[in-house]
Amino acid sequence: MKRFLLPLAIFLVMVGFLAVGLTLNPREVPSPLVGKAAPDFVLPQLHEADKVFSPKELTGKVWLLNFWASWCNGCKEEHPVLMELAKSGVVPIYGADYKDTREEALAWLRRWGNPYQLVAVDEAGRVGINYGVYGVPETYVIDKAGKIRYKQIGPVDQDVLDKKILPLVRELQNQ
Amino acid sequence: MIRIWTLMVVLTMAGVAAAQEARPLAENPQVEARLKVLAVELRCLVCQNQTLADSNAPLAEDLRREVREMIAKNMSDQDIINFLVERYGDFVLYRPPLRATTTVLWIGPFLLLAVAGTVLIMALRRRQKTLPDVVVSDADHERVVQLLSDGAKHP
Repeated sequence: MKRFLLPLAIFLVMVGFLAVGLTLNPREVPSPLVGKAAPDFVLPQLHEADKVFSPKELTGKVWLLNFWASWCNGCKEEHPVLMELAKSGVVPIYGADYKDTREEALAWLRRWGNPYQLVAVDEAGRVGINYGVYGVPETYVIDKAGKIRYKQIGPVDQDVLDKKILPLVRELQNQ
Repeated sequence: MIRIWTLMVVLTMAGVAAAQEARPLAENPQVEARLKVLAVELRCLVCQNQTLADSNAPLAEDLRREVREMIAKNMSDQDIINFLVERYGDFVLYRPPLRATTTVLWIGPFLLLAVAGTVLIMALRRRQKTLPDVVVSDADHERVVQLLSDGAKHP
């Protein structure tokens, strides 16, 4: 009986490792940018192509930067959540239209609604690279000093919003 | 049956027709050579088990473009790798650096090897002790030889 104890112990340890492994999401690559200054950029606006947008304009505010695209499924998924959030007016959402065409992006917003204060156009995806975006949607919480405080990879759902993003936003707004 | 075959042939043809022409290499062969060396060290963030060199994901294409431009600007390999690590973390590297968080990864296998070796040596020693020392007399030895040779004659 005793000689089965060691194999059993090894087996249990392995099961433990595999069980933990199952709960992890390999798609979630922790961003090294959290805690660092949000990369600066100047991009043309979506609705008024002759105007530009730069995150510098928002110094002193807590805001969300949401990378999205009309071709992206996850963006449609999180869209109702963003609409609700925009309606509540708790925190302004700024969009970055990632590797998209202007017409399709505008049509998408007309069709489903526009939760954004303003949308910047990142047609070549260069600003996306500076922010470490590797798949839309991705959402960044940026504080008053222009630092990235949180990065949401994938769609924002009600759970993430209530448990992580909103508490953090309130805390940052009170600073 | 024939109908199925026809369908299969037609479907295969469609695949051939849809396949794209191979992309021409960028103009500068020196840049391409450096990109090739760098890109096999870098991980594609979208299809995580492919290198930047292998992947056809749009992001990989964009990252190759960035790397190409940095090479054209004469940046060193280390600077280019730092640029990507700053944005995407150590995950972009196929060879993880030795850090506090990666010590288990680096030392773990050697630790396991040492543990396994110690267990093996201990088990061997213990077994040696349990083997009884049997003294075989000359007469017994003779008998064994006798029995073995008899066995060989009458199988």
